Amino acid sequence: MEVLKIATAGSVDDGKSTLIGRILYDTKSLTTDKLEAIEAKSKANGFDYLDFSLATDGLVAEREQGITIDVAHIYFSTKKKSYIIADTPGHIEYTRNMVTGASTSQASIILVDARKGVVEQTYRHFFINNLLRVKDVIVAINKMDLVDYAEETYEAVKADFQKLIDKSEYKDQNITFIPVSALQGDNVVEKSESTPWYEGQTLLEHLEKLNAQDVYEKAQVRFPVQTVIRPKTEEFHDFRGYAGKLYGGDISVGDEVTVLPSLTSSKIKEIYFFDKKFDTAGRGSSCTITLEDDINISRGDMIVKSEEQPKVEKQLTATVCWMDSKALNPGSNYFVQSGSNRILAKVKNISGTIATDFSGEDTSKNTLTLNEIGKVQIQLSKPLAFDSYSKNKASGSFILIDSQTNNTSGVGFIE
Amino acid sequence: MEILEKKVEQLNGLKEDLGSASLLNVNALESEAIYILREVAAQFEKPVLLFSGGKDSITLVRLAQKAFYPAKIPFPLLHIDTGHNFPETIEFRDRLVEELGVELIVRNVQDSIDQGKVVEEKGKYASRNSLQTTTLLDALEEFKFDAAIGGARRDEEKARAKERIFSVRDDFGQWDEKNQRPELFDHLNGKIDLGQNVRVFPISNWTELDVWSYIQKEEIEIPSIYFAHKRKTFIRDGMIWSAEDDVVFREEDEIVEERMVRFRTVGDMSCTAAVLSEAVSIDKVVAEIRESKISERGARIDDKRSEAAMEKRKQQGYF
Repeated sequence: MEVLKIATAGSVDDGKSTLIGRILYDTKSLTTDKLEAIEAKSKANGFDYLDFSLATDGLVAEREQGITIDVAHIYFSTKKKSYIIADTPGHIEYTRNMVTGASTSQASIILVDARKGVVEQTYRHFFINNLLRVKDVIVAINKMDLVDYAEETYEAVKADFQKLIDKSEYKDQNITFIPVSALQGDNVVEKSESTPWYEGQTLLEHLEKLNAQDVYEKAQVRFPVQTVIRPKTEEFHDFRGYAGKLYGGDISVGDEVTVLPSLTSSKIKEIYFFDKKFDTAGRGSSCTITLEDDINISRGDMIVKSEEQPKVEKQLTATVCWMDSKALNPGSNYFVQSGSNRILAKVKNISGTIATDFSGEDTSKNTLTLNEIGKVQIQLSKPLAFDSYSKNKASGSFILIDSQTNNTSGVGFIE
Repeated sequence: MEILEKKVEQLNGLKEDLGSASLLNVNALESEAIYILREVAAQFEKPVLLFSGGKDSITLVRLAQKAFYPAKIPFPLLHIDTGHNFPETIEFRDRLVEELGVELIVRNVQDSIDQGKVVEEKGKYASRNSLQTTTLLDALEEFKFDAAIGGARRDEEKARAKERIFSVRDDFGQWDEKNQRPELFDHLNGKIDLGQNVRVFPISNWTELDVWSYIQKEEIEIPSIYFAHKRKTFIRDGMIWSAEDDVVFREEDEIVEERMVRFRTVGDMSCTAAVLSEAVSIDKVVAEIRESKISERGARIDDKRSEAAMEKRKQQGYF
């Protein structure tokens, strides 16, 4: 079954948890024991409605403070698709969580309170969706019930949001506006009778109709080798299989390939998935391939189609989102990890921070602190095969690992 | 006209079938799990797969087979035996291990009790479930395992919804839920200090239904207690308990009756309740799960102890 990952960001005030709860409730994804627990807890807290945020906020600290701290994963499915919602907090101090949630998502829901319109948080959510090039963005204009389902209000918010779209650099994004009331269930799963002026789809209808071609960008084939499989059994005595996950596109038996960084070439001999052989493997498959020629390949190498080569260099410039309480300073050493490749690197220069409200760059700063985003030049100790993030998300992104604490300290999007 | 449309539909369906003979269709969840298992094998010195004999760990074993074929699974299986496991599960475990030719390590909670490291719980709700943690941590230390692969899923329970794929534990096996490493794209960071270990959850993003559908599609064999069978049971707190053995303490007024039941989750006999069911085959089980309105862990007493029962156990090193 098709799986669609969706990122949501926002605070309790936006009604985000209520929206998610509403989706779960209307798609009948809440089981009776969970529903009963929510009912009991809502009553105990003195609410006269069901507090759906109880279904999503999992940690004790979150329930105590009534906020979402970490990324939570929520699952539901319809007859057509399995959905995974990566739900993150929306405040500025949780920028890193939002980036994390958006990194694996193909679609995103940005909530706007119809009474308040476009606010600072809206800027930030949209900026992150832009930076990470999330292909499908739904702007859910919520709490329509509190503005009497007025079309003018909806149109005004939409016009304000359009100004953000004009400022964005990533133009290849599908942006859809939907007037909703999560509390009343308007246009979430069921079409609302209160918004006769709205002729578009409900939120769920929109998600159901998204297909893989719409949310994935077509890219060149990248096959980073995770591990070399050498069974050394009698039946497979000379078997040398390269195991990895296929990014960007399809590969077929007979394709001419180049191995990076060594630049040796060969042809694909076999494609295995478990005990079956295939002629073609589709994007996203975790397969094992063998090559016509016996060449030296190890973990961290990348196999690509010979006519579609990425850059192989020891220097790169990237937009980095910093995730560590220990600041990033020029001259410090980190490991750069992209997929199965981990290389020691030095931060050469930080050329400024980028504001998450589209107000531009501040070039006076040369450090990055927690939740800040900035342009960083990195020197690698060995050549890395990479693409621009705009060309390929997998080979165009990396994490920075602190060589002392081993923490994942930041994420980079290569220029 | 309608008939004609149906015929066209059938023909199209046929075309797809022919096409798929040579094209590898991607199952996103399966591919993700295989990717994770390969990362574990490559990034760690000594990984181990935690095997309980339940459907999730059986699914993990199948995924590991796929990840490394035609080579054997490159890590052993570890079973923490509470001594209260269903006998059907143990028989099944031994058969599977023999078929696969992988190494199985068993460590017993009874030994931890005999060594005085843990004390058996008392009363009618006594369970060895939480005692497992000590035995598990000891086993990880004994064999110097640096990564323990488990079949936990985020949809099971709300604290687990916050869990990472690579979840770092300190020397005491503790989970620091407020200070977890961010996980982005497919870049999994398995770098740890000596003494730390990582819990790895390859099927994090699977739901209960995903697991069952996979077992159905792959025709994976599972222990018989997952299917409806006649069992001597009694009712307590609205739940159905097995009365076939003396593991579960029973009050005299709790009447034993034979019922047609199956188990949705296979933990300890002392903390796993059965559900009434007529589902005797995998197809019927999948159909039943699809219609079910009660969550899987609704039948797990260990989660019902308090609102944060799972979060607390996880902080202490529970898997």
